[in-house]
Amino acid sequence: MDLSLPYQRFLRFENFGHSLSASSFCYRPTGVDEIEKLFKFAKGAGLTVTLRGAGKSYNDAALNGGGIVLDLQRMNKILDWDPGSGLVRLEPGVTLEQLWQKVLPDGWWPPVVSGTMTTTLGGCLGSNIHGKNNFRAGPIGEHVVEFTALLPGGAEIACTPKKNGDLFRAMIGGLGMLGVFTSITLQMKRMYSGLLGVHAWNVPNLEAHLGDILAAAPEHNYTVGWMDCTAGGRGLGRGQLHTADYLKEGEDPDAKKTLQVAYQTLPARFFGLVPKSILHYFMAPFGNNLAWSAVDTVKYSIGREKTYRQSHAAFHFLLDYIPHWELAYGRGGLIQYQSFLPKETALEAWGEMLKLSQRRGLPSYLGVTKRHRPDNFLLTHAVDGFSLALDFKVTDRKRAALGQLLHDFDLIVLDAGGRFYFAKNSETRAETARRFLGEQAIAKFKALKKRCDPNNLLQSDLYRRVFEA
Amino acid sequence: MPKSRTLLPARPTPLRPHKRAIVVGASSGIGAALARRLAREGYLVAALSRRTDRLEALCDEINQAAGETRAVAYTHDVTEYAAVPGLLQKILADLGGLDLFVYNAGAALPTGFKHYNFAKDLQTTEVNYLGALAWLNPVAALFQSQGAGTIVGTSSVAGERGRIGNPSYNASKAALSSYLESLRNRLTRRGIHVLTVKPGYVATELTQGQKGLFWVVSADQAAADIWKAVRRRKQDLYVPGRWRLVMFIVRNIPSFIFRRLSF
Repeated sequence: MDLSLPYQRFLRFENFGHSLSASSFCYRPTGVDEIEKLFKFAKGAGLTVTLRGAGKSYNDAALNGGGIVLDLQRMNKILDWDPGSGLVRLEPGVTLEQLWQKVLPDGWWPPVVSGTMTTTLGGCLGSNIHGKNNFRAGPIGEHVVEFTALLPGGAEIACTPKKNGDLFRAMIGGLGMLGVFTSITLQMKRMYSGLLGVHAWNVPNLEAHLGDILAAAPEHNYTVGWMDCTAGGRGLGRGQLHTADYLKEGEDPDAKKTLQVAYQTLPARFFGLVPKSILHYFMAPFGNNLAWSAVDTVKYSIGREKTYRQSHAAFHFLLDYIPHWELAYGRGGLIQYQSFLPKETALEAWGEMLKLSQRRGLPSYLGVTKRHRPDNFLLTHAVDGFSLALDFKVTDRKRAALGQLLHDFDLIVLDAGGRFYFAKNSETRAETARRFLGEQAIAKFKALKKRCDPNNLLQSDLYRRVFEA
Repeated sequence: MPKSRTLLPARPTPLRPHKRAIVVGASSGIGAALARRLAREGYLVAALSRRTDRLEALCDEINQAAGETRAVAYTHDVTEYAAVPGLLQKILADLGGLDLFVYNAGAALPTGFKHYNFAKDLQTTEVNYLGALAWLNPVAALFQSQGAGTIVGTSSVAGERGRIGNPSYNASKAALSSYLESLRNRLTRRGIHVLTVKPGYVATELTQGQKGLFWVVSADQAAADIWKAVRRRKQDLYVPGRWRLVMFIVRNIPSFIFRRLSF
């Protein structure tokens, strides 16, 4: 009698926002040979496999209920680092934190980073992340010089933008559905200081918000906006913009010091007193419309135009500033809805969406805007325009209404020629994906999937939702 | 087995969540009523039983009422112990996980007051107890590992004393109750809820034709009581509730009296 199913491996995984969980048989390989064995085992057992890094997707991208989760966080070695050329080769489980801490003291910085440094590079490539410099640097995929990957069929391949170019442009942003990155070679960006020159100012409404981003972006390395989504009327879409620029050689007299990791490290205490690890408990009571509206109004009102210097880590990794901030959203967790709109249609569409959410009593508690440009990856989310990321608190009472709101949002965004990002939205339906990606891109992706993964071993709950439904 | 994977409903999302349940012994009686109830409460239910046709009819009825797939039929004989791990793995993959497990398979094969029949006793023990062990072992291990889950076992008030009428039925239900209590003591500290259901007389096929029944409740009522106990995380449930007092008295009748009784 074979009773040898590895039940002790059946672990519960969550999304970043703690609003969704799924249990799976978890394997944590340390080398390529182990992944190869796991693929054979999965095929024999009739189970599907999902790749998982740090689990920082807001949705079901790294969840595979009842199947296998291949957690790649143990494959976390930096294989090669050349401080001369800025080329780094690493395993997929290496985090952005490991990476910048390795390269910054030598005067380099990752060309594209997410809002948290806890993400793994495998995950970053799988989602083809963008940063606050997307309009200039493109997504992280544009800085990949080469990667090697193990396909579920057993083949190991190397891809560069030229060699196996179709796979290169499909596996990056391919949600881990074609194969496993086994090594990634990235080009870092030269830095002459550990500081950025930051400029901040308030914008009184949506039109000014988008107009200022559009005007500021060509002049700066980074542009990001915070939006007060609770404000209505003339203040609809008001917020605060930040731009940041690299310092040129010689501009920072203390460059040697500011490039050190210790200089960049985020403070562990708030006002030097309150440990930040417990801050989320104090934030939780603010998780309602009234309190959040007050917080946003205060934040907006005290916002003044200012120029200052800030460390790279402090500017980029806002999501790490308050540890476990996502727990402040309570038992139901949070979801994020991010839409990408062409610059011509964004003003009207987002104006409509913000008004709609306020009318239904479901304002977002945090809105973040960025400037984008298109790229040539197969499942790209980019447009020549902007993105708006909206955080929503999930509660049992508001679940259905929020679902309806986001569905209505989808239709507005689609009509405005917009796109969506698979690391964020949790409710995107298959027909929505077909509309914004186009039948042709999906057919091409599926053909590649058939080639790389003939037994359809790689499947996540996201894949089932968007491509199989 | 489900006819096709495409019949399976979508996986949950933060705004369209659902839970998943396995009901072993779902083709009639309390099991069928509970499968219907769970589906109405939004669960996705794997319904297991030997009788494929009745099972499929039940699932069709549930799915039609819901307007979407909420129940999937799996033909299974609980005495096929070796089939359990493979079937459990398949159900996990089909449903996308497991939140609630119900062992409701049961057999009562009375031997009569003066007769002895090992074949009947074996079958009773296999269905009521050994089949439960075959399922509860892997399910408990899974729940322990994922740190969440609810286990419901349908035992019986008959498991509280050994009576003259049906020794192996009493013994198998006593064993099941005791096993569930052990699981509860093991697993509560790991966040898992174990409910022992002790019905009196429920109007099901098991009790059909039996004489001298009293306080008979419908299977639907039993399912409603069980659902309430699951939500309230009760440890044990008598159906109907007045059996709790009765069984307290019965448990405490001294043996010198009890062995002279003939019920």
